[in-house]
Amino acid sequence: MNRFAELLDRLAYEPSRNNKLRLMIDYFRTEADPDRGYALAAMTGELSFAYAKPALIRTLIAERTDPVLFAMSYDYVGDLSETVALMWPHPGHGDNHPPAPGLGEIIETLHATRKAELPAQLSRWLDLLDETGRWALLKLITGALRIGVSARLAKTAVAALGDLPANEVEEVWHGLQPPYLELFAWIEGRSDRPQTNDPAPFRTPMLAQAIDDADFPGLNPEEFRAEWKWDGVRVQAVGGVGANGQRVTRLYSRTGEDVSAAFPDMVHALADNLFDDVTIDGELLVVRDGMVEPFSVLQQRLNRKTVSAKLIAEYPLHIRAYDLLADHGEDLRILPFDTRRQRLQALLARYRGGRIDLSPLLPFDSWETLAAARANPASAGAGLNADAIEGVMLKRRDSIYVSGRPRGLWWKWKRDPFNIDAVLMYAQRGHGKRSSYYSDFTFGVWRAGDGGDELVPVGKAYFGFTDEELLQLDRWVRNHTVSRFGPVREVTANKSEGVVLEIAFEGLNQSTRHKSGVAMRFPRIARIRWDKPARDADRLEALQKLLRV
Amino acid sequence: MQAHDVLTQTPAGLYCPAGDFFIDPVRACPRALITHGHADHARSGHGAVLATRETLAIMELRYGADFTTSRQVVRYSEPVRIGDVDVSFYPAGHVLGSAQILIEANGYRLVVSGDYKRGHDPTCVPFDVLRCDAFISEATFGLPVFRHPDPRGEVGRLLESCKTFPDRAHLVGAYSLGKAQRLMALIHETGWNRPIHIHGAMEKITELYRAEGVPVGETRKIAGKTGGSLGGEIVVCPPSATRDLWARGFSDPVVAFASGWMRIRARARQGGVQLPLVVSDHADWDELCSTILDTECQELWVTHGAEDALVHWAVQRGLQARPLHLMGYGEEETEAALPAQ
Repeated sequence: MNRFAELLDRLAYEPSRNNKLRLMIDYFRTEADPDRGYALAAMTGELSFAYAKPALIRTLIAERTDPVLFAMSYDYVGDLSETVALMWPHPGHGDNHPPAPGLGEIIETLHATRKAELPAQLSRWLDLLDETGRWALLKLITGALRIGVSARLAKTAVAALGDLPANEVEEVWHGLQPPYLELFAWIEGRSDRPQTNDPAPFRTPMLAQAIDDADFPGLNPEEFRAEWKWDGVRVQAVGGVGANGQRVTRLYSRTGEDVSAAFPDMVHALADNLFDDVTIDGELLVVRDGMVEPFSVLQQRLNRKTVSAKLIAEYPLHIRAYDLLADHGEDLRILPFDTRRQRLQALLARYRGGRIDLSPLLPFDSWETLAAARANPASAGAGLNADAIEGVMLKRRDSIYVSGRPRGLWWKWKRDPFNIDAVLMYAQRGHGKRSSYYSDFTFGVWRAGDGGDELVPVGKAYFGFTDEELLQLDRWVRNHTVSRFGPVREVTANKSEGVVLEIAFEGLNQSTRHKSGVAMRFPRIARIRWDKPARDADRLEALQKLLRV
Repeated sequence: MQAHDVLTQTPAGLYCPAGDFFIDPVRACPRALITHGHADHARSGHGAVLATRETLAIMELRYGADFTTSRQVVRYSEPVRIGDVDVSFYPAGHVLGSAQILIEANGYRLVVSGDYKRGHDPTCVPFDVLRCDAFISEATFGLPVFRHPDPRGEVGRLLESCKTFPDRAHLVGAYSLGKAQRLMALIHETGWNRPIHIHGAMEKITELYRAEGVPVGETRKIAGKTGGSLGGEIVVCPPSATRDLWARGFSDPVVAFASGWMRIRARARQGGVQLPLVVSDHADWDELCSTILDTECQELWVTHGAEDALVHWAVQRGLQARPLHLMGYGEEETEAALPAQ
C-alpha cells in the first residue's frame, strides 16, 4: 500500500502528462502482482466494494485524539482523510511489528469484510501504514480517491510496458477483472491475448472539451454536427445476454458506476425493448407530457436511497440518445460519428414505449447561425424544452468514439453565464487544494433595509480566480477582518469600502433557505473589480428579474 | 515567582527588566540577546548584541560588520551576569549557532527556546533539555497534524526521483541559511558522490558552514545562465528561485521544496511543487509536546506559530499556559510556502 500511496502522491503533484506516464510505467514495471493490478483498477475506477462512510473515520479518530485538537487540525488541513492520516497516533509496535499491508491484501480483505468488522480492520491497517499510506487508504475506502490521471492514461502506461498502443488494452479491457493477471501476462509476453466475457460491459465514455472563442477560427463548420447540450445526467445503457442465456440490462454513470438500482423504471423500459449487445450513450432526463424538464426537476430523482412508486410516477425518466457504441456484438467506436448516428437512428426506429429517443441534430451553416441558436434555443427549435438546454455540442462528423477527453473531436459550447457585481462579505479558508488560504468567498448585493441600504448574501464562490488573485484576496481578507466566527472572517463591506467581485453563474432558483430568496447555480468569480466602488455593486432587484416565473 | 516577573511582552519583543535586555527584538534596541541568525530573529541596528560566535558571524555576513554598535560572544552553557540575572545559552538544534536562552533570577529558571528541533541534523549541536520553571516555546508547527518524518527518508525520496527522472534537474527549494546546508549534509551522508549544485545566493553562507567544519560535501555554484540541463542532478536554491526566470534555464525540472509545511498537501500543490520534502528545522507536534514535558516546567508561554492548540494541550495537562501572539516571527518557513507572487 505504501508504494501505491507514494505513486498517487507523486501523480497528484506532477502536472505533465508525459511525466505522469513515466511514474506509472516505472511503478507497473517494478511492482509485483497482484498489487499493480489492483492499482490499475483503482486508477481506472474499476474497484468496487462497499465504501466506508466519513462518519466511521470520524469515530475512529475521535477515540484516539482530543476533540478540540482534532477540530483545529481539520479546520487547518481542510480534508478529513488527510487530517486523520496525519494525526493518527503511532501505535508503538516495538521492533517486531507485522509488515504494512499490500494494496492487493487490502482490496481482497475489503471484499470479504463484513460491515461490523470494518472499523477494527481499518484501525489495524492504519496502525501499520505510514502517513502517505494512511492517506491513500482513507481516500480509497471512502471512495474519494482522486488520482489526477484518466483511465485512458493508466491503460496507456500499462500498454507501454509491452510497447503496445493503448487501444490494444482498451479492446480487451471490458470483461477483464482486477487484478488483471492475464492482462499483465499478455503485455509482458508471457501468455496469449485475453478473451473477454462480460455480457454488458461499461465502455469509458467520450467527453467534450470546452470551446473557447479562440478555437473557432481553426474549425470548419462543415466538418461538424451540432446537437443541444441537454442538462441531465450522462448515462450509458447497455444490454447483453449472459453465458447462461439470461438477458442483462444495465445503466452506467459516466464514471462507470452501475446506477441501475437507482432508476429501476428506466432499466425496465430498456429491458422491454432491448437488445442484444447494444450500448447507447445518452442523457437521462425527466420528460413529462413530451416536455423535457430542467435539471432542478431531475434532481428529485438523484441521490435517493429508495425509489418509491410515487417518485417514479411523478418524475418519469427518459433517455435522449446521442451515440451508439456497440450493436449486436459489433464495436462501432471505430466508425465515424455520422455512420454511428445512422445506425443509432435505425436502431431507435424499432423501439416502442417512447422512453428513449434520438437527440435531434441542429442544422447550421456557419458559427454565426449556431451562435444564434445557442443564444436562443426556444426559437431555434427547442421550444418549451429550452429550459433543459445548457448550450450546444459540436461533434466532428468523422470522429471515431475515443474514451476520455480527446482534443479537437467533441466540443461543448455552454450558454453564456449570467454576471453580477457583488460585494465580498465573508471569507473562509477553503477545503482541499486551497485549504491554507481564505478562498471561499461569500458575497452579497444591496437591498433596501430598515436603516438604509444593506448587503444581503446571495452566494458563495470558491474558484474562478488565479493563484495570484487568490493571494491578493487572501491578503485583503486578513487585513480587513472586522470579526471572526470560528473559521469564518467577516470583512469590511460598506458603501465606502469593500471589494467588488464580478460573479458569473449558470442560473438562479427561488430559495426559501436563503435570506435573499435566491440561490445561484455554479457561481464563480469572473473578475475582481478592484476598480469598482462597493456602492456601485448590483442590487437584489437585478437578480430577482432573472428568476423564472 | 512567575514568568512575568522575569520577562514582559513589549511591541519590540520579549523584554527582561531585571537585566534591561530584549530577546530577538523585531526592532532596533539598546541591548539584544539573539537566539539564532535567521532574519526574523536577528535584525541589524541594535546597540549591543550578545549571541554565539556562529550567530554573530552569520549576522555579520548578512548585514556587514557594522550590524551592531558592540557585540559580545557567549559560549554554550557559560553563564553571563546581566544586571540582576544570570543568562546562559544552550544548543537549540535549529541551525548553526542556534541557542535557547536560560535566565536565572533568585533561583527561578526561565528558558526562551528560540526556534528549535529535536530531529537529526549534522549541521548543528543537538538540542539540550533544560529543566526550568517557565518555558517560552515556539510553536511554528503547533498542530498535531505536523509530524515530521525522518529527514533521511525524505532525502531518499529525492534520490529515488533522480533515478526515475535522470534527464530532469531536481531543483530543491530550501531556505538559504540552515535548511540548505542541512540538506546538503544529509545528501552527503547517504554517500551521494557527485557535487551538489547551488544557487549563487547561498554560496557565502554555505562557505561559512564549511569553514565551521560542517560536512556539506562538494558544492558547485551555478554561474549566470545555467546552460546545461543538469539532468538527474541536485540543485539547491532559495524557494523563490524555483519560480524565477532563473529556473527556466533548466528544461522540465522537478521542483522540490524542503519544508515542514510540505506535510499539508494543499500547501505543496499551491506552491507548484512536484516533490514536496517534509524536512523542517522546527520541532514538530510530538517534539513540542515531549520537550515541554521534558523541561518539567510549571508555566508555558507560546510565542509564535499555532499557539492555541499547544496552549490547549498544555492546559489539559495541568500547566499554566498562555499564547503570546508575537508578531514577525516564523517567516523563514512560511514565506516560501506561499504560491507564486
